[in-house]
Amino acid sequence: MRAATPSRGIGAAEVILGLSVGILVVVVAVPVLIIFFNAFWVNGQFNLADTLKALREPDTYRALLNSLFIASGVTVMSTIIGTFFAWLVTRTDLPFKPAMRVLFLVPFMLPSFIGALAWKMLLSPRAGYINRFLMDVVGLDGPVFDIYTFTGIMAVETMYLFPFVFIQVCGALERMDPTLEESARISGASLFTITRKITIPLVRPSILSGALLIMLYSMAHFGTVAVLGIEAGIFNIPTLIYEKIHQSAGSFNSIRTGTVLATVLVITAALIMFIQNKVLSRGRYQIIAGKSFRPVETKLRALRMPMLVFCIAYIGFTIVLPTVTIFMVGGLKTYGLPFTAENLTLANYRYILFDWKMTRDAIWNSVTLGLAAALITMFAGVMISYVIVKMKVRGKGLLEFLGMLPFSVPGSVIALGVMLAWSGKFGINIYNTVWIILVAYIARYMAFSLKANSAALEQVHDSLVEAARASGAGMGQALRDIVLPLVRPGMFAAFFLIFLPALRELTVSVLLYGPTTRKIGVAIYTLNEDGETVYSAALAGIALLIIVTAQTLIGRFTRARTMT
Amino acid sequence: MSYVRLVNVTKRFGAVTAVDHLNIEIERGECFSMLGPSGCGKTTTLRMVAGFEDLDDGEIHVGERLLSSRARTFYLPPEKRGFGMVFQAFAVWPHLSVYENVAFPLRVRKLGATEIDRRTREALDHTGLLSVAKKSPEDLSGGGKQRVALARALAINPDVMLLDEPLSSLDPHLREEMRFEIKDLQRQFGFSIIYVTHDQAEAMALSDRILVMNLGVVQQVDTPLNVYQNPANRFVFGFIGLSSFLDVSIHGDAVRVRGEGGEPAVQIIAPAALKAAGRAVLASRPSEIDFVAEGGVRGVVKRCAYLGEVIDYRIDVGGQEVRVQKNRRAPGPSEREACGLVFVRPHWYSHDS
Repeated sequence: MRAATPSRGIGAAEVILGLSVGILVVVVAVPVLIIFFNAFWVNGQFNLADTLKALREPDTYRALLNSLFIASGVTVMSTIIGTFFAWLVTRTDLPFKPAMRVLFLVPFMLPSFIGALAWKMLLSPRAGYINRFLMDVVGLDGPVFDIYTFTGIMAVETMYLFPFVFIQVCGALERMDPTLEESARISGASLFTITRKITIPLVRPSILSGALLIMLYSMAHFGTVAVLGIEAGIFNIPTLIYEKIHQSAGSFNSIRTGTVLATVLVITAALIMFIQNKVLSRGRYQIIAGKSFRPVETKLRALRMPMLVFCIAYIGFTIVLPTVTIFMVGGLKTYGLPFTAENLTLANYRYILFDWKMTRDAIWNSVTLGLAAALITMFAGVMISYVIVKMKVRGKGLLEFLGMLPFSVPGSVIALGVMLAWSGKFGINIYNTVWIILVAYIARYMAFSLKANSAALEQVHDSLVEAARASGAGMGQALRDIVLPLVRPGMFAAFFLIFLPALRELTVSVLLYGPTTRKIGVAIYTLNEDGETVYSAALAGIALLIIVTAQTLIGRFTRARTMT
Repeated sequence: MSYVRLVNVTKRFGAVTAVDHLNIEIERGECFSMLGPSGCGKTTTLRMVAGFEDLDDGEIHVGERLLSSRARTFYLPPEKRGFGMVFQAFAVWPHLSVYENVAFPLRVRKLGATEIDRRTREALDHTGLLSVAKKSPEDLSGGGKQRVALARALAINPDVMLLDEPLSSLDPHLREEMRFEIKDLQRQFGFSIIYVTHDQAEAMALSDRILVMNLGVVQQVDTPLNVYQNPANRFVFGFIGLSSFLDVSIHGDAVRVRGEGGEPAVQIIAPAALKAAGRAVLASRPSEIDFVAEGGVRGVVKRCAYLGEVIDYRIDVGGQEVRVQKNRRAPGPSEREACGLVFVRPHWYSHDS
């Protein structure tokens, strides 16, 4: 028998730690560092003046301001809408509450750039179907709404991002101890006073953390701004990075500007993460408690039916209408024709699915890349989480710090960093191959995997392993027979949390794609850029079908799992 | 006339009748406990008094005021009832200071600033919280939090105080201390207490009268002494205190333990009402059974356990188990020894009760 605690030398623990640190360094730290290096060093010398000069260029700071402006608007609107709907489905007598609750989560499934595409088809000032209908048929003088504006961009992003707040607030309202509100009621407060003085302050941390999540997401969001903003010259940081890298074919200056922008994005993201941690650690009240009666339900009375109609209209307008538009436009013989039977055809779908190599490759790339990224990141995440959560080994602090990194590095930053790092600089050139996208995805989604796996691991109390050891199992056997089965749900969760977003991802892959490595998102985006609106819509329709099918299958699968 | 009156109060949840035609009258300044196993309907009853649940039948009055009535389709919402209430899970608001928690009911009533301050300080003083007024309730212990809840309920000086298992989240020693504090506050302010608990010691110590409830139906309403000494039925006997039951058949003035043993009949006189049935349940407190060497109901000691002050015996009597407790200074037989039992103060219940 070996001693239980190999205290000196290099044991299995050190090897695992080293491997974990290595993965995070290669995948996350190197790309981020190389961006910082490019942003602050010129010809091997630290040069802050040049960095500031790059920031003072009108293009750059305007993009920065735009990012902030759009993100703020989206955050405010999403927070109001998300909180309102959350209250409606948890604390009122709205009819069909469970169904409504599920429907409000559907926007999570829909990629927002596909939504943006649909809204462009509906509300672009001259060609949009709604605008044209109102001008040609109803006889309005001008377009009723121009989607190529800040308002348009914010509205579209809000439609697809508000579930972040919705889901957080729903959870908080449902888990909240109802006696907190009941004691206010028996104290003599009306429902309105309770909502204002008790309920909202108590769920404020959840609202804030959802809002900051949206802020973070919107700051770094590429798709919607790329589809709707470029026409009117509206750039945010990610779209400007894209513009700089693509337009200039990699000139030194534009790469430098790109890295400065990326640095700003990282700093902003880190700041938001920091505030979020503060909010969560300070304000997360222990409001969950014992025996549970139904919470106080506000009677909507005369507003009950109007509210239901409002919810259905909202869902119809933000989910059904854009989705139908995508499929209809995808079936048109030529973009711009009215939707009549003789103009509609299935030929586009057939062409895209079976005849056109580019789109066929795109679908294949998306699925394989998604699977590979999900599998690799899941296993790497289990290992790293295990070291962080369970192992007592020197040098863990470094790993904990590295483990925080993936949470605050936005997609376009990762893409840019990976591009700079693995285009031959260190003797490895995988630019223009699928491998570079895979590496970027592992970095991008490591955060999800770490979160799901460490949550699962924290549930596995040390005494369970100790009991297995006491029963005569070796460490390896204890891991295999006790820890692994208990962590498996976390691993499944991590896999799906990565596979689905990776399938539809655009922000990273649009910066990294090569001639043969388009993914569905990139293919839809570039087809749209090239004016192939109909094919773009058809491919978007197919993407939606794949996403919904995958989501449903996964839903079935995980439900069947939790049943057994 | 009694102060709080519940008349035929009934509550159904789907097919389940949680409270079945309940009639209670509670006097002004009385401490009235509702005791029963979980799911017996005691909390639902309290919540109907508070106004968090509507009634399916019956009426609730306090003094001259009607609070709820099915027949008259009247229902006064909880915020208009003016009660004080303390919940099991404390329910103090973590985003407000101790002071603001207590001031809340006064602020809601839009009293003047000086009045609010005076009454808040008074309530804090009575509960010993003045020194922590500025703290967040999150920083207090469980007992401290429950004092905040008590002070908050006290602030409006209510006529009726509703307490929903207020002590069951506390440590045992704290529980006893708080019990006395609640009683003291009641003596000072003279409010009526309706107290829900599943802890009989708590109910005994605090209450003027106890209501024992099971499956939504009242089993007994009486003083603590009577509930313990003269339980109205087998359920109450078993629920309050320790108990031993023996299923017996009655043969004139003798009874025989039912079961495989075929033991001889023993001279015990059963009440006349049960003689006709020929069968009954003999109930006894374990401390009210004596051991005898000869005669008595014969049995064998299965197990005896030293619990410190008392010794706990399990006696096998013809396949049935009887529990006996003796003071350690007067020990009984040892394990596997045969013995006789004499019931000092037997209670009789019909066998199908």
